[in-house]
Amino acid sequence: MDARHLARALADPDYVTTLDARGWNALIAMARAERLDGSLAWRLKGMDVPAAAREILDNALVNAEANRVQALWEAEMARRVLTPLGIPLVLLKGTAFAAAGLDAGSGRLIGDLDILVPRDRLDEAEAALLAAGWSWVKDNPYDQAYYRQHMHELPPLIHDERERMIDVHHTILPLTAGPKPDAAALVADSVEAGSFRTLSPEDMIIHAVAHLLADGDLQGGLRNLWDIDRLIREFSETPGFWPRLLARARHHQLAKSTSRALRLTAHIFDTPVDKHFAWHGRRGDVFYMGRLLARDDWGRESRKLLGFAFYVRSHWLRMPPLKLVRHLWTKWRMGHRG
Amino acid sequence: MHSLTVTVGPRAFRIGSIWRAPLAQLAALYADYPQPADSIAHYRIRLDAPRWMRRHLRPQVAIQGDYTLPEAVPLPYSQAILAAEMGMNLQIALGERRLMLLHAASVEKAGKVVILTGESGSGKSTLAAMLGEAGWRLMGDEFALIDPETGQAFPFPRPVSLKNEAIAAMQALAGEERFGPLLKDTPKGDIRHFRPSADAVARMAEPGTPTLILFPRFGANWAIRPVGQGEAFVRLTQASTNYTMLGERGFSALTRLVQSVPAKAIDYMSGAEGISIVESLFEGAGA
Repeated sequence: MDARHLARALADPDYVTTLDARGWNALIAMARAERLDGSLAWRLKGMDVPAAAREILDNALVNAEANRVQALWEAEMARRVLTPLGIPLVLLKGTAFAAAGLDAGSGRLIGDLDILVPRDRLDEAEAALLAAGWSWVKDNPYDQAYYRQHMHELPPLIHDERERMIDVHHTILPLTAGPKPDAAALVADSVEAGSFRTLSPEDMIIHAVAHLLADGDLQGGLRNLWDIDRLIREFSETPGFWPRLLARARHHQLAKSTSRALRLTAHIFDTPVDKHFAWHGRRGDVFYMGRLLARDDWGRESRKLLGFAFYVRSHWLRMPPLKLVRHLWTKWRMGHRG
Repeated sequence: MHSLTVTVGPRAFRIGSIWRAPLAQLAALYADYPQPADSIAHYRIRLDAPRWMRRHLRPQVAIQGDYTLPEAVPLPYSQAILAAEMGMNLQIALGERRLMLLHAASVEKAGKVVILTGESGSGKSTLAAMLGEAGWRLMGDEFALIDPETGQAFPFPRPVSLKNEAIAAMQALAGEERFGPLLKDTPKGDIRHFRPSADAVARMAEPGTPTLILFPRFGANWAIRPVGQGEAFVRLTQASTNYTMLGERGFSALTRLVQSVPAKAIDYMSGAEGISIVESLFEGAGA
C-alpha cells in the first residue's frame, strides 16, 4: 500500500466505505504522517464511519479548529506591528487560506506564519518585529548572512512569549534559484481578505507550485499538492482562469513547474485541469508521483533512494554547484564544532 | 513488522515492532486488556532500529509512531517494553485533543475520583498502586483524562511503572504474577511494571467524577496544606500536556475542575501514612 490510499480517500470520500480495519489504520497513519489528518477529517465530515474512526476524525477537527484560531491570532499580532508603519502585509500559505475562508484552509494544519512584504520595506519590517517581541531562531553570523544573501525570506523569527514562528518573505523562491518570480507584482496584485491581504488566486496557486516543485525535496509534498487541488477546484470556474494562470506562470518564470503540478494533481487527486495548459515535459512525472506517494501502511516514508535523489535535487535547484559545495562544507564544519 | 493492539481506557494503540520478543513481553503484560471493538487503533507506535546496523548488533530501539519527537533518544533493546510505554505516552501527549490530559495518577471509589498529581518522583504512582490494593479502583498512574464537555475523569489503567524502592514495597502487597520483568539501569533507575487488578482492567471504560485533587510528596514529615484555586489551576496547567492546545475548552475545563473540587498538598513518610491521609481527606470531601 502507498499514499495513493490517502489520496483516494481525500479525492473521493466514498472510498472509505470500502475500508476494513487494516485500511483505516493505514489511512490514519498516512494522514498523520503527511499532516493531512485535519483535511481528511473535513472531507469525511458527517459520513457514517466506524466509531473509533469517528473519534479519530473528530479529534483532528478539534485540533484543526484550535490551530486555525491560533494562526489567525498570530497573523493579527503581526498586522498590529506592521500596518501602523504602512507596510502592506500579505499572508501566504495556510494562514492566507484560513483568512480568505478558502476550501484549501478547511481542516488544514497551519505551522509557521508566512508573510510577504515588499523588499524595500524588509529592514523596517524586521526592526519592527524585533522591537515587538520576536527574536531570531538562528543568530550565528553564517546563517544570518546566508539567509540575507541567498534566501527569499529573513532568518526565521520566533515570538518570545507565544513561541510561534514567523517567516518574513520578500519573494517566493530563493534568490539563488533559476526562476525569478516578480515579487513586486505579487504584492501589487494582492487582494483583500478581511483585515488582511492574500496573493491573487493565480499567484496563490503559483506560489504553492513553487513551494512544491521548485524548492525543497518534496517531503510532505502531498499536502502542498492537496492545496493546489483545492485552490484549482475553487478558482477554475471563474471565466478566463486558465489563460490567466498560464500567463501569470510564464511571467513568474514558473510555467514548466506549473504545468507539471497540474498533471500531478490531475493524476493523484483527479483534479479537473485544462489539458492545454498541462503539456510541458511529461518526462519524469513518474518519479514525482513515486516520491509524493512514498508512504507504507505504518505511515513510514518508503522509497529511500528516490527520497535521497530528490534531496540532492533540492540543493541543486537552490544553488549553483560551486556555491553549494561551499555551503555544505561550511555547515559540515559548523556541525562538527557543535 | 510484528504487531499487537491493546485498549487502555478510552484509547486503543497498535504497536509494531521489527523484533518479535518485545511484543511477546507486552502481550504478557497486557494479557487481559481488551481488543478495540472495530480493530481500529487511535494511535500507532513503532519500535524500530535507529539505524540498520542496530537491529542485531548491540540493538537499540527508536520510539516512533503517528507522533514522534525528533530528539527522542533510542533505548537499549533490553528496555524495549519501556520504549513501547514511552511511545504510548508520547502519542497521547502529542496527539490527544478531545480529552484534557493531566499528568496524574487517579483512583476511584463509589464513582468518585481522587486525582494525585505531582512531578516524577513525588510518589504518586506508588501511592496509587497501594490504594489499588486497599479497596480502591486504580484508574492509572500516568494520565488522568478529563472530558471537557462533562468534567468526568476517564481511566488510563496501564501497568504501573514502579521504580527502585517502590518495587519491593509493592512486592509486599501483591503476588509475583502481577509483575513484569525487571528492567535494570533505565534512565529512571530500575523499573518493574505492575499490572492493575482484574477489576481495574475490566472497568477501564468507566469514568468517574473528580472529587479531590492531591499534590502528594513522599519522604517528608506528615503535613496537609490546603491549596487555593489559583495555585491548583497553575499547577494543573503545568501538569497538562495539551492544555494550551485545547484553547478555550481547556481553560473552561480546568477552571471548572479547580472551582468544583477541593485541592490539598500532602506530605507523608510511609505508604500506610499516605493511604490514611487520602482516606480521611476523601471522607472530609463529602464522599
